[in-house]
Amino acid sequence: MARIAGVNIPTNKLVNIGLTYIYGIGRKTANEICKKAGIPATRRVNDLTDAETLKLREIIDAQYHVEGDLRREVSMNIKRLVDLGCYRGLRHRKKLPVRGQRTHTNARTRKGKAIAIAGKKKVTK
Amino acid sequence: MTRSIWKGPFVDADLLKKAEKVKASGRHEQIKTWSRRSTILPDFVGLTFTVYNGHKFIPVLVSENMIGHKFGEFAPTRTFVAHTAADAKAKQEA
Repeated sequence: MARIAGVNIPTNKLVNIGLTYIYGIGRKTANEICKKAGIPATRRVNDLTDAETLKLREIIDAQYHVEGDLRREVSMNIKRLVDLGCYRGLRHRKKLPVRGQRTHTNARTRKGKAIAIAGKKKVTK
Repeated sequence: MTRSIWKGPFVDADLLKKAEKVKASGRHEQIKTWSRRSTILPDFVGLTFTVYNGHKFIPVLVSENMIGHKFGEFAPTRTFVAHTAADAKAKQEA
């Protein structure tokens, strides 16, 4: 069990997979970090020595934006757009897709689960 | 694709001329513009533009955060239509 970058406790997986449990680290950055720390790709998290864990922690702290910091950065960027009152900000405010996708149908990720329109009768045959 | 950096930001020439004139005169009159495609430059901060949205001129006071955006982003061209929420509708009818 290893704690890296705060609350993340990846399990007995390969190190480069375990690292992706941290917000802000995907497969590519995970591989990069392993390479920098000199950890072979076949190593599992529970086989890491303390020195190696420390090294991983240092590399992540110094060179990457992860977890809380990254979340804050993202939400600040969105807040900037919202406060500015530009088109993208308006789309964020209304919780609609921001990048020009269609909303006639789909867009359910942004809009949330479909709500039935009151008073609309179903066609019965 | 993003615009090449060597070209610099795009601003319609007539808009740039107008903005310079207003800035030089010192009076803060609104600059009427149809040029929604123009980038907001650092020089424009503090000036008020009215941007055409196909129907009306929308006043836009340029602030520092707006630099790099286009004028069109601040004057929406569509009217937003949405269903009223069920409870709001009930209130309306009552």
